[in-house]
Amino acid sequence: MAKEWAELTSDEKQEALFQRWISPKDPGGNDLKFQNPEAEKSYKERINRIKDAIQLKKQPDRVPVLPLPSMFPALYAGLTVEEAMYDYEKCSAAFRKFVLDFEPDGHMGSAQFGPGRFFEKLDYKLYSWPGHGVSTMHSYQCNEGEYMKEDEYDALIQDPSGFFSNVYLPRVFGALEPLQMLPFLPGILEIYGVAFNFIPYGLPPVQSALKALMEAGQEALAWAGAVGGIEGELATLGYPQILAGFTKAPFDTIGDTLRGTRGIMLDIYRQPDKLLEAMEALTPLMIKMAVGAAQMNGKPIVFIPLHKGADGFLSDEQFRRFYWPTLREVMMGLIAEGCIPFPAAEGGYNSRLEVIKDLPKGKTLWMFDQTDMGTAKKILGDTACLLGNVPLDLLGVGTPQQVKEYVKKLIETASKRGGFILGNGAFFDNVKAENLKAMIEAGREYGAYS
Amino acid sequence: MSKELVNAISEMREQEALKLAKEMVEGGSDPMAILDAAREAMGIVGQRYEAGTYFLPELILSGVMLNQIAEMVKPKMAKGPEMKRHGKVLIGTVAGDIHDIGKDIVVFMLDVNGFEILDLGIDVPVDKFVEAIKDFQPQVVGLSGFLTLAFDSMKDTVEAIKKAGLRDKVKIMIGGGQISDEIKKYTGADAYGKDAMAGVSLAKEWVGAK
Repeated sequence: MAKEWAELTSDEKQEALFQRWISPKDPGGNDLKFQNPEAEKSYKERINRIKDAIQLKKQPDRVPVLPLPSMFPALYAGLTVEEAMYDYEKCSAAFRKFVLDFEPDGHMGSAQFGPGRFFEKLDYKLYSWPGHGVSTMHSYQCNEGEYMKEDEYDALIQDPSGFFSNVYLPRVFGALEPLQMLPFLPGILEIYGVAFNFIPYGLPPVQSALKALMEAGQEALAWAGAVGGIEGELATLGYPQILAGFTKAPFDTIGDTLRGTRGIMLDIYRQPDKLLEAMEALTPLMIKMAVGAAQMNGKPIVFIPLHKGADGFLSDEQFRRFYWPTLREVMMGLIAEGCIPFPAAEGGYNSRLEVIKDLPKGKTLWMFDQTDMGTAKKILGDTACLLGNVPLDLLGVGTPQQVKEYVKKLIETASKRGGFILGNGAFFDNVKAENLKAMIEAGREYGAYS
Repeated sequence: MSKELVNAISEMREQEALKLAKEMVEGGSDPMAILDAAREAMGIVGQRYEAGTYFLPELILSGVMLNQIAEMVKPKMAKGPEMKRHGKVLIGTVAGDIHDIGKDIVVFMLDVNGFEILDLGIDVPVDKFVEAIKDFQPQVVGLSGFLTLAFDSMKDTVEAIKKAGLRDKVKIMIGGGQISDEIKKYTGADAYGKDAMAGVSLAKEWVGAK
């Protein structure tokens, strides 16, 4: 170690994370053994291709191709979504088949299928999933609600972690409802009376919640073993997993799962200062959760799914005041620690391009869906790498020929001078496999830089 | 005062709007006049949404204001408010999909544009659409969906409507995050609306309203 982490510049930190990613370790901490020299070569080539596209320093050898599915790998392998959520082995096999059949330049891992039994053990109320509110063939979906009440901003602002542990978790996990009885931890001081704080842990409902937590933890471990196992195996075959971790725009953290769409939109008028203050309070936490994951996983790319700042949700003024400042702060915090923020702008982001270009060059990767890629390239092309935007309707009901034509035009529009990764516009469940193949083949065919 | 109420609502001054409405109710104003003012304000909100100056926060807040005012007025009214309506629209998010933000915007815009709407909510089974067409007898059916899985649910719904012999009784429009003309063809719907305004135009065209 030449320098301590804290002494490195953000560029050096990013390079260090890339180096760890490109020189993977096995679970025992030794150098990962690739299945053959070609696999090792492909693995490194793929990462360098993605790295060059993101950094905007030089053109990659060709446009990287990243098909990013939601439930597709399960359906493609003939599983129901329910099977993929509950049978970790079948899920891993399906995911392996997806990667080996489509040969992407990278993948996002199989964590999106989520451990069904874990959700069951904790009685997760925030989502409906197969057998619990949606059919076996459908993906899980969020049950929006006011899981944080309108008068609870101060509680969140003063103590976000305490709010999550004692208020939010008991509301979204049925089995954890008794945790609302837990003590206020900063009250545990000195020796006098300290034991009073521990009385809740002796109460039967709290004990049953703790038991549920331990069982859920075991389930999470079993599942993570499967997810990690398939990622490791795919790495040995030459396919890198691209994500280090995930975080959110503070506006979405509050608008998606705390206050809900209705709640946060009303708060913009009814209590704008509280909303702004709460987003500020959450910002360092949103940075910390992703930086920690990047450090642990030894990779730079951090996924940030964007929801409620898209075209049509907020006015330009509201976007600039409520959505963008703390999202930018989160992204800058990640960049300072060597991470590459990867916001996925589902829907349209056409009206936001001028605002979001206020970022350092070569440090971010933007996934676009219904954003005009020509305009995006023009405005953001010198700042950020663009990923996208083969539309899901085309992949779903179009023909391979139509997909190929779309990709050809897209590459002409968006790939000049590098800074472009070919992918789908939004995460997909059931699209035609031949269309996805056509997208990937066209990417290789038209994406070579000469 | 009703002019002030229209302004307060359409300018998003919630406290003022509620205070004015309360004063009008207590001062013995005609409950229908109060509701008419609120309706007029909602029309302005709709126009501004259409013009791209208002967005989701304004639609949601004005909807909340309208509900609060309607609650205040209700005890004073002999019978429910009656409005002349262009026609009937049946709407819902198709089976398997529980997304409702987009659908709710369409409902809002149809409502302020003078349609009678039956909103079946989310994850609406195919049969429920068919039954509701028989009972409610809409001229227009709107199918909403956000997921790619909704493509097939929309197709199934259109086919079930056909099978029930109701296809020529209704015009069907579809909409949602990933919906396009290609999906319209795939599902057998009559049209796709890119946004809520397009949905209103389609519905107006189909019922022959101006």
